[in-house]
Amino acid sequence: MQTEQLTSLITALVPDQKPGISKQYPEFIIPADKVNSLARELKNNNETLMDYLFCLTAVDRKDGFHVVYHMTSSVFRHTLVLRVVLADKVNPSVPTVSDVWRAAEWYEREVFDLFGIRFENHPNLKRMFLDDDWVGYPLRKDYKDSFTLER
Amino acid sequence: MEETLMDIDLKDKEEYIVNMGPQHPSTHGVLRFETCLQGEKVKYIIPHCGYIHRGIEKMCEKLTYPQLLHLTDRMDYLSAHINNEAVSLCVENAMGIEVSDRVKYIRTIFAELTRIASHQLWWSAFGMDLGALTTFFYGLRDREKILDIFEETTGTRLIQSFITPGGLMADVHPNFQRRIKEFITYFRKKLPEYDQLLTGNIIFRERTKGIGVMSKELAIDYGVTGPSGRGSGFHCDIRKIAPYSAYPFVKFNEIIFPEGDTYARYLVRMKEMWESLNVLEQLVDNIPQGQIMLELKAIKAPKGEYYQRVETARGELGVYIVSDGGPSPARMKFRTPNFSNLFIINKIASGHKIADLVAISGSLDLVIPDIDR
Repeated sequence: MQTEQLTSLITALVPDQKPGISKQYPEFIIPADKVNSLARELKNNNETLMDYLFCLTAVDRKDGFHVVYHMTSSVFRHTLVLRVVLADKVNPSVPTVSDVWRAAEWYEREVFDLFGIRFENHPNLKRMFLDDDWVGYPLRKDYKDSFTLER
Repeated sequence: MEETLMDIDLKDKEEYIVNMGPQHPSTHGVLRFETCLQGEKVKYIIPHCGYIHRGIEKMCEKLTYPQLLHLTDRMDYLSAHINNEAVSLCVENAMGIEVSDRVKYIRTIFAELTRIASHQLWWSAFGMDLGALTTFFYGLRDREKILDIFEETTGTRLIQSFITPGGLMADVHPNFQRRIKEFITYFRKKLPEYDQLLTGNIIFRERTKGIGVMSKELAIDYGVTGPSGRGSGFHCDIRKIAPYSAYPFVKFNEIIFPEGDTYARYLVRMKEMWESLNVLEQLVDNIPQGQIMLELKAIKAPKGEYYQRVETARGELGVYIVSDGGPSPARMKFRTPNFSNLFIINKIASGHKIADLVAISGSLDLVIPDIDR
């Protein structure tokens, strides 16, 4: 599907989408509460069939945490990026997409572990790499601990 | 969703928990499988990772691009060249520069040598997982030839950091082409031995056929890529989907087996070694002349976000750079193949015997530092 068609499809589903940052792939910034329903639609729609989520990650920016979803279709080979901006930096939370793509379950656990972003309705949201009693979330820009080497 | 330890009815004496790892030879690194067993049968598996988490993504935020390159070798140490290439390509795309054809050819030759070396080591260890010790000697004997080629040009054998943004660290050794041609002839003779030793073995076939079946839908849903995904019929070879470096110039086949069992994943890797030899043969005599390293004033990615996909020996590696325009990235994310390939194990190994779990985890070819980063 071409970028124009994708834009019109996503605009029809989420009227308040905004064009994204990436120039490489078509990208849309969508509100957090729409992410699960849009993901489900993109996966099941016969014209998009976005069945393969190849990257889910987060970025700590000045305007909040960005949760970035890279997805592609194993049938049509078109790639799409969705972005959710979470302005609340103290208690960021976004609905899970692990019920849409199983791969997301562990990507989301990793993001929770390192950024402290809560994924609502996630089946098993707990730390993945760090100990359960670890204080803080290392990939946040304001993270400090006694081991950090300052340059 | 897996059950957790708390959910298990401990009164049921038939079930018990066995921790496989973090120090267990068949996990090939520090990974722990919390396995619930019913007799000899695996009820479910919970993988626990993080034993070798070094915070590479956090470290990258403090390092310049040429510096952080050296950390990427330490993720999937058996695909070191390809990891370097992924970062280099991403930075080059961001800067809008293109390397010479010579660099592209040499990069691809190194990538394919890496793929063969990695599959050789996997084959050696996989045979050993199943109790065939001889494979280890055969595999490592032939892998040594590739490591010698690496050593001659790059100076090191395992983690080379040879491919850098802008080109290569140095030109190749004068013996480079001759040694590769010798290796191709040598290994074409040796590969049938691998089949005689293991592939045709009836015990091996009984241990792998129909074990750990993964459907194509499951592979896509879990994001299982590389030979493990292609063993389930998932067309996921990035060299075909989004060709980079010298892959547009060569002809090769994407190996697909639809069965999805351990044996299919095994066959994919065996056939891929043949294909890699074909790729090497097409490239080695045709390396064009050109600049080895572009003269760059500073290596800085302009403000923006960049993503690069490459095919390592184990699947799709994604490098995601968020840059503010400085010499180091604001955020660096590695989408590593082993991370996604690991979690399928509960789905495909449940219900099998514990000895089959070793075969299945071996056929997924996990490299643990790549999972934890």
